[in-house]
Amino acid sequence: MTGHDGLASEAGIDAADDPVAEVKDLFVTFRTVAAVRGVSFTVRRGECVAIVGESGSGKSVTARTLFGLTGDGARVDTTVLRICGQDARTFGERQWRAVRARLGYVLQDALVSLDPLRPVGKEIAEPLRLHGMVPRAQVAARTVELLREVGVPEPDARAAQYPHQLSGGLRQRALIASAIACDPELLVADEPTTALDVSVQAQILRLLDERRRARTAMLLICHDLAVVARIADRLLVMKDGRFVEEGPTERVLGAPSHPYTQALLTAIPGRRTRGVWLSVPPPSAGPPAARREGKVVLEARGLVKRFGARLAVDGVSFHLREGQTLGLVGESGSGKTTIARLVLGLVAPDRGAALIDGTSWTELRGRRRRDVRRHIQLVPQDPLSSFDPRSDVRRILYEALLVGGVPRARRRDRALELLEQVGLDTAVLNRHPARLSGGQRQRVAIARALAPGPRVLVCDEPVSALDVSVQAQVLDLLVRLQAENGLAYLFISHHLGVIHHMSDHVMVLKDGRVVESGEVGRIFTAPRADHTRELLAAIPTTHVAADAHVLGHDPSFTKEATS
Amino acid sequence: MTHAIDTPRRRIAGAALSRPRLGRWCAALVLALIVLTAIAPGLFTSGVPHEADPLAALRAPSGAHPFGTDAIGRDVFTRVVYGARHSLVAAVGATVLAVTAGTLLGLVAGLAGRIADEIIMRLADITLSLPTLLLALLVLTITGPGTLNSIYAIALYTAPGYARLVRVQSMVIRRSGYVEAATALGLTRARIVVRHIVPNAFIPLLVLATIEVGTALVASSSLSFLGLGARPPAPEWGAMLAGGRDYFSVAWWIAVFPGAAITLTVLSITVVGGALQRRLEGLDPSGGGRNR
Amino acid sequence: MTATTRRRLLTRLATSLVVIWGAITVSFCALHLTPGDVEDAIVGTSIVTPQVRAQIVAEYGLDRPLVAQYGSYLGRVLRGDLGHSYQRHEPVVTAIASQLGPSLLLAVTGMGLALILATATALLTAGRSRWVRGLASGAELVGTSVPMFWVGILLLTVFSFQLGWFPAVGGDGLTGLLLPAVSMALPVAALLSQVMREGLERVLHEPFVLTARARGMGDTAVRLRHALRHALLPVVTLAGWLFGLMLGAMVVIEKVFSREGLGGLMLDAVAGKDLPVVMGVVLISAFVYVVVNVALDLLYPLIDPRLQEER
Repeated sequence: MTGHDGLASEAGIDAADDPVAEVKDLFVTFRTVAAVRGVSFTVRRGECVAIVGESGSGKSVTARTLFGLTGDGARVDTTVLRICGQDARTFGERQWRAVRARLGYVLQDALVSLDPLRPVGKEIAEPLRLHGMVPRAQVAARTVELLREVGVPEPDARAAQYPHQLSGGLRQRALIASAIACDPELLVADEPTTALDVSVQAQILRLLDERRRARTAMLLICHDLAVVARIADRLLVMKDGRFVEEGPTERVLGAPSHPYTQALLTAIPGRRTRGVWLSVPPPSAGPPAARREGKVVLEARGLVKRFGARLAVDGVSFHLREGQTLGLVGESGSGKTTIARLVLGLVAPDRGAALIDGTSWTELRGRRRRDVRRHIQLVPQDPLSSFDPRSDVRRILYEALLVGGVPRARRRDRALELLEQVGLDTAVLNRHPARLSGGQRQRVAIARALAPGPRVLVCDEPVSALDVSVQAQVLDLLVRLQAENGLAYLFISHHLGVIHHMSDHVMVLKDGRVVESGEVGRIFTAPRADHTRELLAAIPTTHVAADAHVLGHDPSFTKEATS
Repeated sequence: MTHAIDTPRRRIAGAALSRPRLGRWCAALVLALIVLTAIAPGLFTSGVPHEADPLAALRAPSGAHPFGTDAIGRDVFTRVVYGARHSLVAAVGATVLAVTAGTLLGLVAGLAGRIADEIIMRLADITLSLPTLLLALLVLTITGPGTLNSIYAIALYTAPGYARLVRVQSMVIRRSGYVEAATALGLTRARIVVRHIVPNAFIPLLVLATIEVGTALVASSSLSFLGLGARPPAPEWGAMLAGGRDYFSVAWWIAVFPGAAITLTVLSITVVGGALQRRLEGLDPSGGGRNR
Repeated sequence: MTATTRRRLLTRLATSLVVIWGAITVSFCALHLTPGDVEDAIVGTSIVTPQVRAQIVAEYGLDRPLVAQYGSYLGRVLRGDLGHSYQRHEPVVTAIASQLGPSLLLAVTGMGLALILATATALLTAGRSRWVRGLASGAELVGTSVPMFWVGILLLTVFSFQLGWFPAVGGDGLTGLLLPAVSMALPVAALLSQVMREGLERVLHEPFVLTARARGMGDTAVRLRHALRHALLPVVTLAGWLFGLMLGAMVVIEKVFSREGLGGLMLDAVAGKDLPVVMGVVLISAFVYVVVNVALDLLYPLIDPRLQEER
């Protein structure tokens, strides 16, 4: 595949500009594993090119090639590798260091990408000193100026603070400040917003967009199509070390030509995906079966839970009917997981009650309590840590079947049935969870949850650690199981698209309180609470034109402070 | 999470980045031989450890005396072979004693409420804040020297470490994701303890204990060298070095072979223990390594 | 100083007091657990007149109830009176003070050598090629498996007896100090270098190191300015354990090289059942341990600012 020429976006690329980075037929091999298998691309001044792909596709390795940082044991083969006008194929370490001064690198989470033992100011000053950008006496002043440029309030005070003392958004801004300290010609951002809450994500993207408008070339690496859609001029869709599709953002997202791109786009949950399958190929020919609403199986009455001085859950009430899904959404620390643990009877509320089939946990003791547990099961965020490290899949399932009262002789058959039900090969029965993929582990966790024959599943961020195509399969599985068994779901997620796709009713949480609740369509089209509106405004979508205004104005910009 | 408590030797044992498989098997073989030597020394030498031949004193290593002879003409090889039992019994004995006592104390601290926990853990703090060898010296001053007493002394200062491990381990596991998942699943408390908590707490303990036999061996031979553990003429390796002190200047072999035996034993214990530990970690989620 | 640091320090001081009180109590119990009368335990194997015996009974209040004895014992120790050695015919404090110098010199030299050796090895070998690391970790494995006294014996045999480069017994100044200090340093350095290398290798894979390299920083600068500080953290946490190790090492090494010092004092005392001296050394080392740990607690947040915010 060859590089595209003469691509222009509304930002106005001067086609005559020399490319800042040019790569042709790049291969990167780690011992016997070919991570990158023949990719070509160029990045020009003022242009934002995004490489999109799932984990293991080779996108980060491609980015590191531009810095000569693929690491020991990597073999790099390429016919063209031009960076800032120089042929970098024969660079030695000294030449690489010189050229790195003209590039900037922003990594995922500044908490680990900035040295935790040094104040952020020192980290920003480091490139200035290394490359003698400003006279020594002015380094401190320039550091503060840089922090101000990236929109950090009180930059003097912040420069003396350590990364852990700053909020996620401020940290990421500081990281960007250190990357742009030497006024780079090319800024490479590898998943720059992945660890952030949606509202902060939008601010960081806006900041990156500003740099692009200031004619810096930008290479964005991201797994999330919706995020790159906001600022990328051109997309490169990467799979198994190759670009399967490339072109202007609007064209790729609007009219994808490659089946993989189409599958990726189909897999993104949201308003448009309600009532349809996400995965390609779909689990069945027709659309998901309609669900029937039954009687109330789970109820929360004024739940209050305090941890030390912090009020984790403050007066939360809801009820959940058979065959229905209640979505709990909120940013990190809003109390979602505590609610899950309260309704599962794992912690006792300070006030209020959680009722299963009309019986409160507090009334239940011993044997009766365990009997009730059968009816409400958990699908955890991190399935691996929920499995005994010494158990294989067989033991995990047999134990769950024991709880369900399945006699020993029938356990094997039932376990195989369950594996089939969650779409796993029966050979998985003898495997150890640590040797399974993320998606397979989550399926095992779902099979375990189904084994005792529950009526309610509490799904606590069940897909947040998964790639989008695997996420699509797991969500489809949950939808199918709900239709088949009339299960009720309490579905917890910070991802509004997932909530929109899955839920019938939604509760929006902030600081342990319900700020708004109601029918899903109403919440997403006519939100009443400010917080809901903020969350919705920050959702990135692949629909390019509609969110142009989000980048233009950012109301939450000044509200961010240290945590 | 398997290692709530770190001992220096555990770190070393677990450190091997790519310790070759061959090395592990060699170490296992050597260890097996040493253990066999301790059980049946007669298989390896026809000599008698206390048999002295003053006419053949201080002979350099040769065909008849592969490790040479000592100041009163005893065969050093025979003594090193017979020493395996003395040295290993002391090391294993001290470790078994310490693990048993530590486990009991740790369980009581972990399960019997806050007051017992506080008392036991403060006692452990005090013991652990006294330098190990000095504590052993204090004990031996009171009890007098001897093999058995030195075993007690070593067990006394290693037991608190095991007690801490058991306590922390049982608390970490009790709060772990899988115990919570098992509770949410609806398993009985007894089943969770027997099937999940106990095995996950004890297997790392046993592996650690294996590795720490090496530490105990170094400690007990040091005490013997100081004349406080096994006493000459017992063919204990540390005691042999102590007994040969005056002749090192003329007979290097007296200095070299017993010490080499200690080192080789500790080395193979550490490598084998490290291999066990890594096998255990293979099943550990934290060792699995997930891609983001 | 932040509120959290202050609270941490106060907790640490409280625990320290408990530890010191505990150590005193342990030694009081030791006196009474020793078979025979307490006054026998105190005089050990030396032969004393009945008058001296009576004097001990009066001094320790042995005719009074146990609680009163305990109280007066506690008071004496807290005033710095560690008792009298009837074998050495001098107060325990004097005996210890006279032997402290050579031991301290040995411990500091040994520790310094170990630190230098470990840091250099770790910096040079961390993240290098497979066989460099293999070689280093193999050497460390051997180094930590060797009993320290045997290292001393080997060095003595080779360099003093065979080559005659160093004095075999005693020896003043640098020549006498070098072999004991090296035998002490080698096993400790093996362990420290392993810990530091492990730390360095973990740090060198951290994203912030990648960020620093992407800024155009050279490998040596990355190791010295970013990685080393992180690798020192686990070493600091080992300090308490190291201190205990050094004290034990001193006893053994001084015996091998027939050096003057606390080790010799201890061994004589153990052999002669001179309990006041043994307890004195134990009490003092417990005290030093506590002081070292409080100092480290103050130092630690300066190295790792994240700890200031803990909880």
